[in-house]
Amino acid sequence: MSDVIRLDVMKTYKLFVGGKFPRSESGRVYEVSDSKGQWLANAPLGTRKDTRDAVLAARAAVKGWAGTTAYNRGQVLYRIAEMLQGRREQFAAEVAAAEGIGAKKAAALVDQAIDRWVWYAGWTDKVAQIAGGANPVAGPYFNLSVPEPTGVVGVVAPQAGYGHSFLGLVSVIAPVIATGNTVVVAAATDAPLPALSLGEVLATSDLPGGVVNLLSGRTADIAPTLASHQDVNALDLTGAIAHEGPGAAIALEASAADTLKRVLRPAVDPAAQDWTVAPGTERLLSFLETKTVWHPMGQ
Amino acid sequence: MAKNKKTETGEAPVRSGGLFEYAPAPESPAAAGDIATSYGHFIGGEFVDSSGSEALKTVNPATEQVLAEFAQGTDEDVERAVKAARRAFGDWSALPGSERAKYLYRIARIIQERSRELAVLESIDNGKPIRETRDFDLPTVAAHFFYYAGWADKLDYAGFGRNPQPLGVAAQVIPWNFPLMMLAWKIAPALATGNTVVLKPAETTPLTALRFAEICQQAGLPKGVVNIVTGDGRTGAALTSHPDVNKVAFTGSTNVGRSIARQLAGSRKKLSLELGGKAANIVFDDAPIDQAVEGIVNGIFFNQGHVCCAGSRLLVQESIQDEVLDALKRRMATLRVGDPLDKNTDIGAINSAAQLARITELTAAGEAEGAERWSPSCQLPSTGYWFAPTLFTGVSQAHRVAREEIFGPVLSVLTFRTPNEAVEKANNTPYGLSAGVWTEKGSRILWMANQLKAGVVWANTFNKFDPTSPFGGYKESGYGREGGRHGLEAYLDV
Repeated sequence: MSDVIRLDVMKTYKLFVGGKFPRSESGRVYEVSDSKGQWLANAPLGTRKDTRDAVLAARAAVKGWAGTTAYNRGQVLYRIAEMLQGRREQFAAEVAAAEGIGAKKAAALVDQAIDRWVWYAGWTDKVAQIAGGANPVAGPYFNLSVPEPTGVVGVVAPQAGYGHSFLGLVSVIAPVIATGNTVVVAAATDAPLPALSLGEVLATSDLPGGVVNLLSGRTADIAPTLASHQDVNALDLTGAIAHEGPGAAIALEASAADTLKRVLRPAVDPAAQDWTVAPGTERLLSFLETKTVWHPMGQ
Repeated sequence: MAKNKKTETGEAPVRSGGLFEYAPAPESPAAAGDIATSYGHFIGGEFVDSSGSEALKTVNPATEQVLAEFAQGTDEDVERAVKAARRAFGDWSALPGSERAKYLYRIARIIQERSRELAVLESIDNGKPIRETRDFDLPTVAAHFFYYAGWADKLDYAGFGRNPQPLGVAAQVIPWNFPLMMLAWKIAPALATGNTVVLKPAETTPLTALRFAEICQQAGLPKGVVNIVTGDGRTGAALTSHPDVNKVAFTGSTNVGRSIARQLAGSRKKLSLELGGKAANIVFDDAPIDQAVEGIVNGIFFNQGHVCCAGSRLLVQESIQDEVLDALKRRMATLRVGDPLDKNTDIGAINSAAQLARITELTAAGEAEGAERWSPSCQLPSTGYWFAPTLFTGVSQAHRVAREEIFGPVLSVLTFRTPNEAVEKANNTPYGLSAGVWTEKGSRILWMANQLKAGVVWANTFNKFDPTSPFGGYKESGYGREGGRHGLEAYLDV
């Protein structure tokens, strides 16, 4: 019997929206291949409608997530790191296939992704201490500025650069939710599997449904929907790498201007971006509003 | 529907001493885990015997039963611990901050996992109610490690310049009132910033610190990063005066703090002190009385009043004095004093016979000096160290009960007429750790906060603590801050 080969059970990859795992409303999928062109899986082809559904879920989650104490948000982000640590090998395999790199390098990228969750877990209750503070106004007033989350953030996940498929993905999601925003993410079109698997980790990490929503599909469908959506407050264009057309960064930024979304522009050369470089605070501080409170002082 | 016999028969609920009869809801002492009959020190990652033979005993203050013996740390023990910390310092401080962070996160997680065990052990060794150790001490301890874990790899952003450096070996001496929490306040920021530590817990409450040593082992913390040496003040003095420590952090009495500061004069050691207090809790006539009364009770009877920032002086506006005192007495009559392991208990045991004697002496002085003493009728257990919640009225600013830190469940009531008078009286103390203000008027809160010479001002609340919030005193309540971004400074060469 020992020479009977056991057949693997393959996984159907699904979207992650509102804490659930729906297929695309279109019922359509597209083929995802590894770097050598070998078929890996069928990914759901997320549509404009899927995107709008995801925005609804993200909006519904804002109040609860932004209202959670910074300490609790930190605990949840740390929990994500813990859950990810236990599934390191799975993600390493997906990253190796997605980016065409060796197992060792892929594992190192996953380790860094885990550590990046830990880095941002620590920021949740510190960002107000570096981005806010008392202002010494010239009068008998107490004056305090505090950062608040901006709301729903649309993220075009990195589609290029070393480590983009997973470390890059985590690097753009974690800072946005650390401060209390919720996100709708357009995963890298050619390498969506690590992103879709991340949904399984998030679903088991005490993260409320709708805080992170993950869509696979064509950037040209998903990103313009996010850019023009009335109920999206900010846009991270990191993965907008098309030179022209509806998915190009310039078109998305122009579209976002109609609703005065806060926009984080992509790098000048996204393909040259190295996601292993330690992040600063730019992403953390990009999706915040500063609120200043005045109050008189007197007997 | 559940039946309620008492209402069915129309009988009033049974009361004793003004209290509703509650069925006891004791936590099992067994949940504290195994307590050894005797303990040595934790040095270089291992439990070791003392070089000397002197042993001290720690007792359960609620029963007077000996819980364990532990070593009286000798000069030689301190030497050994400082050496271990010094050896560990190089590698520990050279670790990337992100790796140091992960050790601290591990410690935080293990504390959360073992919080019930630690809460029960703390309650047994200290005498404080299980409800407080369970709902306050332990969650705060874990949160403190979580918070500082996050700073370990973000020191460049903390406002102390690029790449701020640790000091080296930190000598830390902590009190008995919040044994684990004080340990967390000392160890978490020290480790996050890359220092190694030798910590001496108080001689009446060494057990949770020794249990914490096991947690360091479980977390795989490199040997020598945390060392625990037990003993009384002699051990503490040997530690703080050791020539090879770079930092001394002490929480305790103002007199000992003074002597440490004197001892360190002329040295290069950085010093932070968190000392005594005699906080004013100021209630204005527009304050919501019921909430204020809860705040007053929490301010002075939390943790048996063994709190350096306790609101031990109630300053109440003259026009509402009677109303506030009536409500306060009614509320005090419902406080349950007794078995710390009973989940219904509000006030547990006084930590030691010595502390009980001090409280007794000071309250006797209060009476002798002419203040009026009141306590609710309250049955105290026959064994153990207990003190009924006590109120002094007719207190003048010259009375000892208004000037000296009692560190027990004793509240002195003074009055004032104007905000200026309240400020004058509140600041009329050598201490300056905390203060409370109760009023509906926001501008007055902020004005009072501005005028009060105290490191923490609570408005319409009292005794609130958070890892993100700096804590520490003005004047003879010490210097340096613990908690928050500010708490990093005490352990950085900045």
